[in-house]
Amino acid sequence: MSQDLMNTLQQAFEQNVIDIENFKKAGRKAIGCYCLYSPVELIVAADAIPLPLCGTKNDPVSAAEEVLPRNLCPLIKSSYGFAALNTCPFFRFSDMIVADTTCDGKKKMFELMQQYKKVHVLQLPQNQNLTTSLAPWLAEVHTMKSEIEALTGVTITTERINNAIDLLNRERDAKKAVMDLARIKPSPIKGSELINILFKVGFLADKEKGIALMNTMVDHYTAKAERGESPYTNKTPRVLISGVPMGIGSDKVARILEESGASVVGFENCTGYKQVFTVAKTDDPMDVLARQYLSIPCSVMSPNQGRLDLLDDMIKKFNVDGVIDLTWQACHTYNVESFTVEKWLNTTHQLPMLHLETDYSDSDTEQLRVRIQAFLEML
Amino acid sequence: MRAAGIDIGSRSIELVILENSRIIEALKADTGFDPMAVAADLMKTARFDRIVATGYGRNLFEIAFEGETVTEIKAHARGAHYVFPDAETILDIGGQDSKVIRTNGIGKVIKFEMNDRCAAGTGKFLEIMARSLGFSIEDFGSAAMKTDAELPINSMCTVFAESEVTSLLARGENRLSIARGLHSSVVRRAMSMLKRVSDSGPVVFTGGVANNPCMVRYLEDLTGRDICVPEQPHMAGALGAALIAEESMR
Repeated sequence: MSQDLMNTLQQAFEQNVIDIENFKKAGRKAIGCYCLYSPVELIVAADAIPLPLCGTKNDPVSAAEEVLPRNLCPLIKSSYGFAALNTCPFFRFSDMIVADTTCDGKKKMFELMQQYKKVHVLQLPQNQNLTTSLAPWLAEVHTMKSEIEALTGVTITTERINNAIDLLNRERDAKKAVMDLARIKPSPIKGSELINILFKVGFLADKEKGIALMNTMVDHYTAKAERGESPYTNKTPRVLISGVPMGIGSDKVARILEESGASVVGFENCTGYKQVFTVAKTDDPMDVLARQYLSIPCSVMSPNQGRLDLLDDMIKKFNVDGVIDLTWQACHTYNVESFTVEKWLNTTHQLPMLHLETDYSDSDTEQLRVRIQAFLEML
Repeated sequence: MRAAGIDIGSRSIELVILENSRIIEALKADTGFDPMAVAADLMKTARFDRIVATGYGRNLFEIAFEGETVTEIKAHARGAHYVFPDAETILDIGGQDSKVIRTNGIGKVIKFEMNDRCAAGTGKFLEIMARSLGFSIEDFGSAAMKTDAELPINSMCTVFAESEVTSLLARGENRLSIARGLHSSVVRRAMSMLKRVSDSGPVVFTGGVANNPCMVRYLEDLTGRDICVPEQPHMAGALGAALIAEESMR
C-alpha cells in the first residue's frame, strides 16, 4: 500500500532527528546548506551530516519581518525566521552553515544570520563561462573544503571525495528514478507525493537508508503502474512546474493543481529535477565538483540557457500538456526570466505557460485557483 | 430547452437565461454577505433546464445547487465572442479583479492575465474613490469627463490613493480633475496588462466598469484600438456561462 510506504517514510523522518542527536553525541558534525550550489560531497567526505535548510514554511515569516523587509522572497524570510526563532531542529543541529551568494536577498540575509551561527558564504559567479568563472569558483570550493576540515578535523582526501561522489551519485540516481515514475502515462504517483518524498529524504542523515527507501518506492509504484493503477486517466492534463523551489509548506500551487484535476508530473526546480546529475569520478575531483555544481541552471545565472535545455529534456520525457512557472514574490531573477521561458515554450514547443507569483501564505488561494482552473480549461 | 448562466461576483450576481441562443432574461442583484441566498432568490422565478455557474462564488454554488462550474476567464471569453465574434481580445474589469484574455477566433482562450490579489485598478477602487469625492458610482465617469484638467494620481493602492485624494482635496484642488486623474490611473494600469497579452485589434470591454463612459473614452484614446462594449457589459460572464450550459445540452 502506498500509505504504508508513506508511513515508513514519516517514521524514518522522525527517527532521523533522534539519529542525528546520537551521531552528534558520538562526535559527528552537522553542516547546514542553503543552496544546491554548495558541493555536498565535501561535507559527506568529512563524515559530517549535510542538512538542507531552505525554509519552506510560512510560520516563521512574521518573526523574520521584524528584521527583514516585508517585500522580500518568502524563502529567505522563512529561512531567517527559523534561525531567529530557533524553531528548526536541523538549523539547531548545524555546527556550521555553508551558503552561497546566489541572489541579493540571500547574501544580505546571510550577513544577518551570522549572529546565530557561523555562516561560510561562497561567492558564486553569476555566469557559467568557464574561462572567467571556473577559477574563482574553484577557489571558493577550496575554501569550503578547508572550513569543513577545520571544523571536523578530517583531512578530505581525493579518495574520500570520490567515495562521497559515489554515494551521492547513487542518491541522485534514486531521486531521479522516483521522479521518473511520473513519466508513465497516466502517472502512478501524484506530484504532492513526489514533494513529500524528496523533501523528507533530503534530511536523512543515513543516506543509505534514504536510497533504500526510494528504491522501494520505485518498485512499489512501478508495480502499481504495471497493474494499470493510477489516480489519473489518459485524459488527465499533465502539468510541469518550473521555477522556484518547493517543499512541504510551500506546495500550495501543486495542491491546487491536483484539487483542480491535474496531474503534476515534474518539477523543473532545485527541489526537483535540477538535482538530477551525475558527477564524474576522476583524480581531480575538486575540479569536477566545481564544474558540475557551477552548471546548475538557476535564474541567478546570466545568461541561463541551461534552464531551457533542462525544460526541453523534461518536456520530451514527461509528456507535458502545460507548464506553470512559479515565482516567489520578490524573486526578481525568476520573475524576469519568466518572459523568456514563456516565449520559448510557446514558440519551440507550442506549449501554454501560466506564470504565478505568490508567497507561502494562503491568503491568495482562491485567486490562484481561478488562474489555475482557467489554465486547465485551456489545455 | 432553456440554458442558464449565473455569475457570482464579488459585488454583484447576474443571471442570464437563453432559449435557442437568444437572451430571454437577464437579472442582476447585489452580492451582499450571503451570495447563495441571493443566487437562490434570483433563480426562484426563472425556468431553465441546465445551469452553469462562474465567478468567485462558483465553488460554493457547485456545492449548494449541484450545478456545473467554469472559470470567469472561460465564461467571459465565450460571452464576449457571442456579442462581438470578430474581436479576439477581452478586457474585463469587475468589482474585485481585472483580466485580459486573448482568444483564437472561435472563442477559445489561448492566453490570459489577471491583476494581483488587491483591489488596485478594479471597480472596487473606483467605487471607494467615488465615495471619497462625493460622487455616486453611476455619475463618477461622466463627472470626470466634464473637465480637461487632469491631476495625476500616483498611488495605485486603494488605501494610499485614498489618502492622496484626501490631501489633494485639502490643498483645494477641483474634485472633477481628481476624478479624471483617478480614471486615468486605472486605465494606464489596465493598458500594461493589455499590451502583455495582445497588442492589436479590437478589444471587447466587459465587467461593471465598462459601464463607465470615462473609462471607455480613455481606453480608446490611449490604446488607439476599437473598444467594443456590449449593451450590458456586466452580463458577459453570466451570458458566457449560459452559452456553455446550452452547448453541454446539445
